[in-house]
Amino acid sequence: MSNSKPALSSSLGRKLIMSLTGIFLCTFLVVHLIGNMQLFKDDAGYAFNNYAYFMTHFTPIKVVSYLLYASIIIHAIYALVLSLKNKAARPIGYEKYDGQSNSKWNSRNMGILGTIILVFLVTHLQNFWWKYHNDQVPYIEYRTDLATGATAAREIQAADFNDFQTTIENNVEIVKARDLYKQVDFAFQNIGLVILYVIAMAALAFHLIHGFKSAFQTLGLSHKKYVPIIEFLGVWVFGVIIPVLFALMPLYFYFVK
Amino acid sequence: MAQHMNLTLKIWRQKNDKTKGQFVTIQANDIADDMSFLEMLDVVNEELTRKGEDPVYFDHDCREGICGMCSLVINGRPHGPKYGITTCQLHMRSFHDGQTIVIEPWRAAAFPVLKDLAVDRTAFDRIQQAGGYVNVNTGGVPDANEIAIPKRVADEAFESATCIGCGACVAACKNASAMLFVSAKISQFALLPQGQTERYERAQAMVDQMDTEGFGNCTNTGACEAECPKGIKLSNIARMNREYFTAKFFREEDVHVH
Repeated sequence: MSNSKPALSSSLGRKLIMSLTGIFLCTFLVVHLIGNMQLFKDDAGYAFNNYAYFMTHFTPIKVVSYLLYASIIIHAIYALVLSLKNKAARPIGYEKYDGQSNSKWNSRNMGILGTIILVFLVTHLQNFWWKYHNDQVPYIEYRTDLATGATAAREIQAADFNDFQTTIENNVEIVKARDLYKQVDFAFQNIGLVILYVIAMAALAFHLIHGFKSAFQTLGLSHKKYVPIIEFLGVWVFGVIIPVLFALMPLYFYFVK
Repeated sequence: MAQHMNLTLKIWRQKNDKTKGQFVTIQANDIADDMSFLEMLDVVNEELTRKGEDPVYFDHDCREGICGMCSLVINGRPHGPKYGITTCQLHMRSFHDGQTIVIEPWRAAAFPVLKDLAVDRTAFDRIQQAGGYVNVNTGGVPDANEIAIPKRVADEAFESATCIGCGACVAACKNASAMLFVSAKISQFALLPQGQTERYERAQAMVDQMDTEGFGNCTNTGACEAECPKGIKLSNIARMNREYFTAKFFREEDVHVH
């Protein structure tokens, strides 16, 4: 028994990286969902646009967001590397392989589900992240009468917009913001995009029903006390509640707004 | 009174590890339903031998489900369509007259086909030799029960030790991963006092050897656990991960520079 090669280049090390990035991405989903629930507020996007500005300009959040981009890339690259290695581990496949009698469909197709999610992510970032960061969204001005609390919103031109700003004149709060809410509304009038989002959320659900509990198994966290809690969270929170609420967003804008 | 049946077998035939193989269809006639699957193959081989043809090679030894030699992926499942048994414990009453049965060897780069349905499983031996043992000094005979072991721990170690090294976990896994086997072998010593001295070196050495042999990576599908004839549990893999990560990140001998 000799001392051995570095931890992270072993099979278990690569699994560890998949597990840790996966759990981090799960925690992101929770934050992302809670923030985006503001889309359901009927306030012409006042709360959501304020939130979007905060999330893109508050330094600690920006630091975490770079961690997030890195996690997505690392999770995808390691998945590809592991899949290729797994393929190489069985160069000749079975003529007949009865997978459903010993394992769940989603557990055997994490790569396909992950690829659907990756395609979705590229579209999603291009539609909202890229447009928001490159001044390709409309601008809006909110005037709130601080005496009555009534808010009026109107679209403004790029010439009237310098940066996100909040000023108070004559007891009226004026907020000028990039109107990401409007961009969301606009994007989700496209039925093709709505369908893609709903399919991607279904893929996310099945990915996480296996992935969430799998991540803890890989970390070695297996105990009769907390495994039932992990399995419950994996199925009901990450497999049902989160994907369903996310999927409701495009459906809400397409059918209700 | 045994029922008799006629079967169509699609069997993988391969001359040796250098040549490519292919499926050959062989008729198995007048097979009694109380035969084991291996006895059915014996009947087929006697017929082939009578006709002067090369009999089908397949691994077998004890024929009572404890040696781990018999293999075969039967209709897409290691050890056939039942749970918790080896192929020698599978009986022909699990099949019906006129059925087509596809019989393939374990498929894994680390288990090359030697001939027909027999594969080379010495990769498992090399993993065992890398650390699946305890060093015991010679000397006087120790007293029985000199080392106290809690009953639950002894039971758990025994459960892990029931692994017969057949390789069904590798055959069932969509990634041809050997982690259930390796984790059972690491677990049985990690749990017992006798295994403590080499505990963390063992975890590293066995995982290293597993990777060197070219087995795939576990994706926690649970197929191995479902197909294991001895019911080795997935919790062994979680334990192996704990052992390995503890060895890599927290092992006392390596924590501080002396």
